[in-house]
Amino acid sequence: MSTQQPEQPESQEAPKDPEMRGAESAVDEKEKEDGEIDQTTADKSELEGETVLIKVFRYDPEVEGKQEPRFDDFHVPFEKGMTVLDAVMYARDHYDSSLTFRHSCRQAVCGSDAFFVNGKQRLGCKTQMADLEHPVRIEPLPHQEVVKDLVVDMDHFYDQMHTVEPYFQNEETPDSSDLEEQRQTRENREKVKMSTRCIWCGACASSCNIAAGDNEYLGPAAINKAYRFAMDNREPEDVKEHRLRIIEQEHGVWRCQTQFSCTEVCPKDIPLTEHIQELKREAVKKNLKFW
Amino acid sequence: MYEHDVIVVGAGGAGLRAAVAADEAGADVALVSKLHPVRSHTGAAEGGINAALQEGDDWELHAYDTMKGSDYLGDAPAVETLAQDAPEDTIKLEHWGMPFSREEDGRVSQRPFGGLSYPRTTYAGAETGHHLLHVMYEQVVKRGIQVYDEWYVMDLAVSDEDDPNERDCHGIVAYDVQTGNIEGFKANDGVVLATGGPGQAFDHTTNAVSCTGDGHAMAYRAGAPLEDMEFIQFHPTSLPSTGVLISEGVRGEGGILYNNDGERFMFEHGYANNSGELASRDVVARAELTEVQEGRGVEDEYVHLDMRHLGEERILDRLENILHLAEDFEGVDGLIEPMPVKPGQHYAMGGIEVDENGQTCIDGLYAAGECACVSVHGGNRLGGNALPELIVFGKRAGYHAAGKDLGEPEIRTGYGDDVEDETDTELPVQPGAAGLGTTDDVAADGGERTDGSRSSSEARSDGGVVADADGVLEQTVEDARGHVDSLMDKDTGVQHAEIRQKLQNAMTDYVNVFRTEEGVKKALTLIRECREEYQDVYVDDPSTTFNTDLQQTIETRNLIDVAETIALGALVRNEFRGAHWRQENQTRDDENWLKHTLISWEDGEPNIFYRPVILEGEEKTYEPKVRSY
Repeated sequence: MSTQQPEQPESQEAPKDPEMRGAESAVDEKEKEDGEIDQTTADKSELEGETVLIKVFRYDPEVEGKQEPRFDDFHVPFEKGMTVLDAVMYARDHYDSSLTFRHSCRQAVCGSDAFFVNGKQRLGCKTQMADLEHPVRIEPLPHQEVVKDLVVDMDHFYDQMHTVEPYFQNEETPDSSDLEEQRQTRENREKVKMSTRCIWCGACASSCNIAAGDNEYLGPAAINKAYRFAMDNREPEDVKEHRLRIIEQEHGVWRCQTQFSCTEVCPKDIPLTEHIQELKREAVKKNLKFW
Repeated sequence: MYEHDVIVVGAGGAGLRAAVAADEAGADVALVSKLHPVRSHTGAAEGGINAALQEGDDWELHAYDTMKGSDYLGDAPAVETLAQDAPEDTIKLEHWGMPFSREEDGRVSQRPFGGLSYPRTTYAGAETGHHLLHVMYEQVVKRGIQVYDEWYVMDLAVSDEDDPNERDCHGIVAYDVQTGNIEGFKANDGVVLATGGPGQAFDHTTNAVSCTGDGHAMAYRAGAPLEDMEFIQFHPTSLPSTGVLISEGVRGEGGILYNNDGERFMFEHGYANNSGELASRDVVARAELTEVQEGRGVEDEYVHLDMRHLGEERILDRLENILHLAEDFEGVDGLIEPMPVKPGQHYAMGGIEVDENGQTCIDGLYAAGECACVSVHGGNRLGGNALPELIVFGKRAGYHAAGKDLGEPEIRTGYGDDVEDETDTELPVQPGAAGLGTTDDVAADGGERTDGSRSSSEARSDGGVVADADGVLEQTVEDARGHVDSLMDKDTGVQHAEIRQKLQNAMTDYVNVFRTEEGVKKALTLIRECREEYQDVYVDDPSTTFNTDLQQTIETRNLIDVAETIALGALVRNEFRGAHWRQENQTRDDENWLKHTLISWEDGEPNIFYRPVILEGEEKTYEPKVRSY
């Protein structure tokens, strides 16, 4: 795979040229704070009928003129309900068909359109343009190699997910003579419910400072996946111990410094940090038991 | 070149289940998908899985409901197989770890769904498909099954006999989206297409952007007929702005539909006096649009779906995902106000013609899931029947492709002596390939062979006949490379997005819930225009790295072919059945139309023929009755 890690321009270096689909990159005229809370400059009714400006990160390793990362400007006609994904799709379909990003379901369940929007990891399809400060800056997820434009290499993320053995390990399966399901209490389902909602978008891992500095750290998504199984009472106790040993390794749960950035960006509202802390407690309890 | 025993194209519910089954049967299996498996559209399914699990319910009732729901266009052997296999396959999902919603005693919950005589829809909140998809992917990871993710499959390597029933499928050709590298994949035992629906043929759809009918189009052009394509399901409750699906589970749990006058119109205007909101989907979709057309719609566009009376606790327990969708995509809080809904394209009942074992008329070519038509759904699919179809027929296709004996199928496939030929439907335009004649045009139109088969002696550069698997595959790879080169080499022309939008508008305007002969003919004319314009299509992005421009250009060609079969089917079936409503003919015509529409690609154009529906089941025959709810 021909991926490389280009230097992404600092957020302050967003281009200034507001010309239509400016193919030129430039430096933004003013610095902006990376808003943890977006300040809406215009409410929806004010934006109606207007065009909005998006500044989109561009990079292609093999196309001359795109090998140096840059931002392109696109002026997109605003419609009520328009999302960030709608805006980049409009720009691609009307101005530049080479503008590249992943997307599919556009209803926040396929997890493929996680971008870095105005300095925060978000799903393009469920982020309303009207709720953002304008102009809207759209970049690929940080801390992952950029393949092209907004597409990042997800292989490392998938590898980490696979490291925790993300599959049920109760070996009993029914046959036609035995159609009984395993029993699971409502309480136990409730306990694992949020953890099962993960859509593998990678926003959490991208937001995590520890993951950024330690490539071997399992990261919040993989640990949450381990939690999903470790806390499911349908798996036997010895499997749970096996799972705790996996997440307790050197680059496992103990690396987490409880900064809550993963929890903050998760588009499915999974309490990732809480799950990591709970696994730490479970691991301690298991170790105490062996003494 | 890569080589495996079984190659599964598409890694949604059906593809993953097929791969696991083939693996269980001892085959070396690989999944090839244009998305990473967890991105597949199965993840967007909300409602649930119909399976007769409880005492008081049984598979025969499930089969009866499905036959009735299909408006007697389902084939009984397929419907009974679905109903018989669903319980075991659903319980298997539970044992693989699926987080189903639970009852007090810890057993899996089941709820009522439209058209069901028993509450047999097993579910996991309102996100059943997400959990099914992830559970199946987990099983693929557990078994170490090879996954080629983000590889776009362009074509099937099928031999060149004149009669499609004598052709063999030897593999596929795909390119690595990340590098643009085109490769052949040889399948020693079989290829299973599990590429999902063609919803992107329509403008307002619940389907993902990736649902472009690739499998349909590849199988069709290789000679396997498409069956009952006119039967497109329009889901009654999609959000007006985006098409995002609001699960039938809302109505299953007691949600109510109101018009702008605050009337519960399903009852008050007599659309379904017994079942009301829980009538079959086609019935509810037509009722909603009739309300809008008669001036009782909200903002002349939609109706209201109200679930407030269910109470916060029950909503959060069973429909929480719906609250998020309504809030994120429509800005409506479902706990304090009704949700706006209107019909949206949702599901293709028709698809690649297969038998109960998933096999097409081409030896070694299988299809399962939404891209296939067994047929279990006939004229109208019941809510909760798509997910059991994925796991039941995905499994069967995987097993059979891997050589497991599933018995002789009762459903026949392909052109044969049991079919009836189309005779006298007047077409407004000549459908099929455009611009045949010069090599350039042919390449722009999809690398098409004039006789429809992949490696005809007539069309081959060396004039020989391809006889062996490797030769067929190599020729197909060569064709695919030439096809991509021709698209990339052009510097000017029309872009796919423009053609796609025109196609989507034509289908939405004229082949929607309500259809007229004149409208469908208009659609065929517009599709023809799209096809002509596609002769000038070009790819602007010169890069071989993650070239979505190229991929979407190829997808658009697939959509044109699939849309044409939908419109052709809708034109020739001049009766009213299931989801297919024709203004000129407001009755179901059992005398003439208890038969499937089949369209095959022959000599570069569609050929229409019919095969009788099979109403004879294992022990009884399903007698068509008036379908009332």
